[in-house]
Amino acid sequence: MAQDLLLEIGVEEMPSAYMPRVLKDLKDLAQKNLAEARLSCGEVLTWGTPRRLCLWVKEISEEQEDSFLENRGPKKSIAFDANGNPSKAGLGFARSQGVDFRELQIREVGGVEYLFAIKKEKGQAAEQILPGLLLKVIHSLSFPKSMTWSYYQTRFARPIRWLLAILGDKNLEFNIENIKSANYTYGHRFLSTGALPVASIDDYFRILREHYVILDQAERKKMIWQQVQEVAGEAGGKAMDNEELLEEVVFLVEFPTAFYGEFSPSYLDVPPEVLTTSMIEHQRYFPVYNNEGRLLPGFVGVRNGTDYCLDLVRAGNERVLKARLEDALFFWKEDSRKSLEEMSTKLKDVLFHERLGTLADKALRLQKLALFIGQETGLGQPEELQRSALLCKADLMSSMVYEFPELQGIMGRYYAAGSAEELEVAEAIFEHYLPRFAGDKLPSSAGGIVLSLAEKADNLMGFFSIGIKPSGSQDPYALRRQALGLVNIILDKKLSIDLKLVFEQAYLGYKDIDLEKSREVSVKELLDFVYQRMRGVLLDSGISYDVLDAALSRPPFDLFETYNRAFKLQEFKKSPVFEDFMVVYNRVHNLSRKWESEEIDPDVLLDESEKNLYRKLPGLQQEIKTSLKAQDYTRALELLAALRADVDQFFTAVMVMVEDEKLKAARLGILKSIANLFNSMADFSKIV
Amino acid sequence: MNFQELILRLHNFWGQQACIIQQPYDVEKGAGTMNPATFLRALGPEPWKVAYVEPSRRPTDGRYGENPNRLQHYYQYQVILKPSPDNVIDLYLASLRDLGIEPEKHDIRLVEDNWESPTLGAWGLGWEIWLDGMEITQFTYFQQCGGFDCLPVSAEITYGIERIAMYIQNKESVFDIEWVDGISYADVHHQAEVDYSHYNFEAADVGALTSMFNICEEEAIRVAERQLVQPAYDYVLKCSHLFNLLDARGAISVTERTAYIGRVRNLARMVAREYLEQRKRLNYPLLKDENLRKQLIIEEEVL
Repeated sequence: MAQDLLLEIGVEEMPSAYMPRVLKDLKDLAQKNLAEARLSCGEVLTWGTPRRLCLWVKEISEEQEDSFLENRGPKKSIAFDANGNPSKAGLGFARSQGVDFRELQIREVGGVEYLFAIKKEKGQAAEQILPGLLLKVIHSLSFPKSMTWSYYQTRFARPIRWLLAILGDKNLEFNIENIKSANYTYGHRFLSTGALPVASIDDYFRILREHYVILDQAERKKMIWQQVQEVAGEAGGKAMDNEELLEEVVFLVEFPTAFYGEFSPSYLDVPPEVLTTSMIEHQRYFPVYNNEGRLLPGFVGVRNGTDYCLDLVRAGNERVLKARLEDALFFWKEDSRKSLEEMSTKLKDVLFHERLGTLADKALRLQKLALFIGQETGLGQPEELQRSALLCKADLMSSMVYEFPELQGIMGRYYAAGSAEELEVAEAIFEHYLPRFAGDKLPSSAGGIVLSLAEKADNLMGFFSIGIKPSGSQDPYALRRQALGLVNIILDKKLSIDLKLVFEQAYLGYKDIDLEKSREVSVKELLDFVYQRMRGVLLDSGISYDVLDAALSRPPFDLFETYNRAFKLQEFKKSPVFEDFMVVYNRVHNLSRKWESEEIDPDVLLDESEKNLYRKLPGLQQEIKTSLKAQDYTRALELLAALRADVDQFFTAVMVMVEDEKLKAARLGILKSIANLFNSMADFSKIV
Repeated sequence: MNFQELILRLHNFWGQQACIIQQPYDVEKGAGTMNPATFLRALGPEPWKVAYVEPSRRPTDGRYGENPNRLQHYYQYQVILKPSPDNVIDLYLASLRDLGIEPEKHDIRLVEDNWESPTLGAWGLGWEIWLDGMEITQFTYFQQCGGFDCLPVSAEITYGIERIAMYIQNKESVFDIEWVDGISYADVHHQAEVDYSHYNFEAADVGALTSMFNICEEEAIRVAERQLVQPAYDYVLKCSHLFNLLDARGAISVTERTAYIGRVRNLARMVAREYLEQRKRLNYPLLKDENLRKQLIIEEEVL
């Protein structure tokens, strides 16, 4: 009879950030190993709290499925003698396999018949297989950082302290170092004492609940969010909806109780981003807003336990936050005494990267690059761009950003406003970091757009030119995110700008630094890297692979133009004249593929159909050129499709590959000229 | 509970857990980890249990005695349990109970915190332990020390005793902690905090400190070459402190910073290696369990 399996790995408090991934891996590994062990099962569920990882596999089959071993023997042709009796070779094979010759089977492999011995292996009881299988699953779990403890060799995220493993009502026995699997668990660290014997799987869930452990992370999450909203509501506010914070808190507690704490309204003088950062990043509290979206002088914390002595917990937390906010207020006042320009003088003492100069060098490069990009895009005022670039890194020298690095840019904007910088400059300083994460907003001011592009181009070029590129999951400088940001800004703002020129300019900025790679190599590698991000963006927006390949095969230095072109191509594929278009393309392209010259000697042309094409060419070339310039790709595509009748006529009337070399050259010249009109838009041979 | 009593209770608690109650080490240092009773003893196969108070210096944290939460000189209460026992967290929680902090009345959390000391070539995984949102302890399982893998792994418990005292005594400022009846933390330390802040940030002679660093570095190397482990280590500690002073003084540029840290780390590695070799030459006198010794010898031969 099928039985349920329960495994609980009792651990010291796991890093909360590891948990979602570990629970997924635990489930996947269990399924994979069960399948490999030929054990069938029903639903597989995993749960976790800070102190336990739990695996529940429903309805595991009692035994492994039988397996069949197939061993190939000699060819049939040598396994029998001339009379059709088993040969020496045939009998020998049967003996070596331990089976009777008559039990051997004949099967065909690659057109040749062979003898096969099929041996059945009886499946073992699940009970015997599972201990080893669970051990393997546990040892296969991996973590961003793992450790050893005491004298042991086992690596895990934190020390393993108990193991519970039961199949139905039976114990599964195995051990990890000094820990033997058994049928007991532990409750909440502070609200339960000692080992708790577990008789069955149902018993397990009941026991945990009675001992203040909400095992199911989804249930905890719901409880926490409900409590947080209630508590905030009672205080007359709304708690910040922050999924990341909620997820973290879920894996910090086994039994949640939310509570409201307050701080002095005098701290509301500090910018709200500082207050929320302090609450969220340092203390894992939920900030609370009033109906107008302004911060209230309070927070919601979540305790790991019941409401017993909750006032004590609240008072303690209020004190801690007060000390933090007091610090923040001190930094805010201290920083506000200096102008942003004063702060920027210290940039020369801080390295941007040990091989890429100081932050002052960077600010200087950004000034030049921003001017260049401003000129190319026609965005921003030169003086403002220079000013923003000069000051955009200055807030890194403030006490506040030293303490709260995630506030870079945000503080810069406040300090710029406080130092009476132009509004546009303050905005550009903030926006030059955008987008900071997937789904973040893009810069919207002219200066912000230009400086953000400059910042990303400079970062990317710097690292690429010293050979630092993302590989696999390794991307310590978030270069993928920056390249993607670059693509998204250009497309979203519909900017027409030649990226190759921008990157070449960015490379020039590093001219005083000893770079590892040449300009050509760096620019090329970087462009390729950006195109890959571009491909992702286009695929996500519904462009098909073939259109993408066709469109990207022209050097897509101007991303927005490429994006447009790809879209128009995609649309055109649905047009009624698309078939005509492809016929024309295929006919002219196939023959002229290996021909280079567009030269046509009109005097040798004989047939009216070719004279006709020749006469139409200059007008067509002109019209297509004009359409492309206006980025009216649909018009250009339609013009080419409209050639169908003339081209069909041509191929019906004449042979291209004639012996008369001059005539052949002229005819190929006509075809090449038309083919090149296609090629100036995309490589249509990629279209399927 | 006054400050003194708090320390005595911890001594008493960990003394009963068979820890040696050692005294602070007499060279300036940034943390209890740098005391040879931790840095050296965490290396090698010998078991070791120790607890001590360590005066710790962080020159950059000086605030002229004006900030209620920051000091350039404070105390850590340090416990090393090697190998880390299975019930180490329970032991720690029991020690809190001994200080009158009943875990069930509070919210005690173990929040991931990975400790690393680039100057010591040491790192470990563990937590910061929160009491109602306040970090009161660093808990670390040492993985490497002086660049060498730790086997067995030690558990290091570092209590921030001023913070715990502030909590227990309900004080808003560290200076208001009652040390003994009628004597506050300010009475004992305030003027020195002010003076050291002036010294660290303004008065320290950069030229002199730089020369001292170079001299101490040379001396550490010279002494280590003669296999005099702890005397060599003293000069590593001096280098580390001199580097911190230069840093507080604003005398170290970013480029130089990495180089200085590298120099101290090299010294720490050198001494760690000397220590490991010395203990082996001495035939690991603290390995008193004969079974363990035999097992270890087998393992070493295999390696």
